[in-house]
Amino acid sequence: MTNCPVCGGAVEISDDPVEGELLECPECGSELEILGLDPIALGEAPTAEEDWGE
Amino acid sequence: MRVGFLHSLIRPEEKLLIRELRRRSGVELVFLDDRRLVFDLRTPPAVDVILERSINHSRAMHALRLFESMGTRCVNRYEVSRKCGDKILTAVALEEFGVPQPETRVAFTEGSTLEAIEELDYPVVLKPAVGSWGRLLSRINDRQAAETVLEHKAILGSYHHSIFFAQKYVEKGGRDIRSFVVGDECIAAVYRTSDHWITNTARGATTSNCPVTAELAELSLRAAEAVGGGVLAVDLFETPEGLLVNEVNYTMEFRNSIGVTGVDIPERIVSYLLSAGR
Repeated sequence: MTNCPVCGGAVEISDDPVEGELLECPECGSELEILGLDPIALGEAPTAEEDWGE
Repeated sequence: MRVGFLHSLIRPEEKLLIRELRRRSGVELVFLDDRRLVFDLRTPPAVDVILERSINHSRAMHALRLFESMGTRCVNRYEVSRKCGDKILTAVALEEFGVPQPETRVAFTEGSTLEAIEELDYPVVLKPAVGSWGRLLSRINDRQAAETVLEHKAILGSYHHSIFFAQKYVEKGGRDIRSFVVGDECIAAVYRTSDHWITNTARGATTSNCPVTAELAELSLRAAEAVGGGVLAVDLFETPEGLLVNEVNYTMEFRNSIGVTGVDIPERIVSYLLSAGR
């Protein structure tokens, strides 16, 4: 468990986190990215760009 | 085997693939974050095969070209990314392989596009050649809307928004089909259902299992072959005249399709990847 950098709410982290992983804060809905693993560091995920997709 | 994992942000699909790769014995996972890569055009990465999972089309396509030029096997291949990432190139490939698709027009000016739209007859869908998740799609129901959208795209968009890709709107009854092709097999398919005319799951469409009929499998495999084959998601419309292929996706999202189909899609992708790397 760590804190959302936007609202400070609690964000659950899986047992196998990966750098770059996208998460959503359950309290404020912000899209977050795991920036570091030891210790877990979260930041706001970048905004979608025009060529993002599948 | 050393497996390069080309990525930027890690979506649920990437996480599932990483977990599957970590489960496999003899696999060493090498993360290739496209935000940190620098290419010197000569030095290949120390991997046996690369799985492309970048969220940016332009980065993915160029990275694949660079990796392949240095002799690294990639899934999917550069040519596949080039054709699938540009709807005009996809349409050309489908046409060359005789794959049925919605009636399509490509034009380069507002005037010629307006003529093409009028000839197709309304409603018509305008799509950016590069784009995903249903972004910037315009359903145009009459001439006034056509004139407005074309003017906005030409003035407010970047240059590639003035390469106009128009298709006859297909009445699809609130759903389309997404089929999943891995190698020479159509492994699963889902219906994507929405009240909105755009039925991307990124826009809120829900998924349910779609039986893989012989017609669906055959057409999906032909569409996949048209763009070069590999690991692909084919989007199709059901019409009274048969199935039409709408798009082929080369970095497919499948998070909402595993449970409803019962098919372990990441397992199938990783098995294909590892066989390609041998």
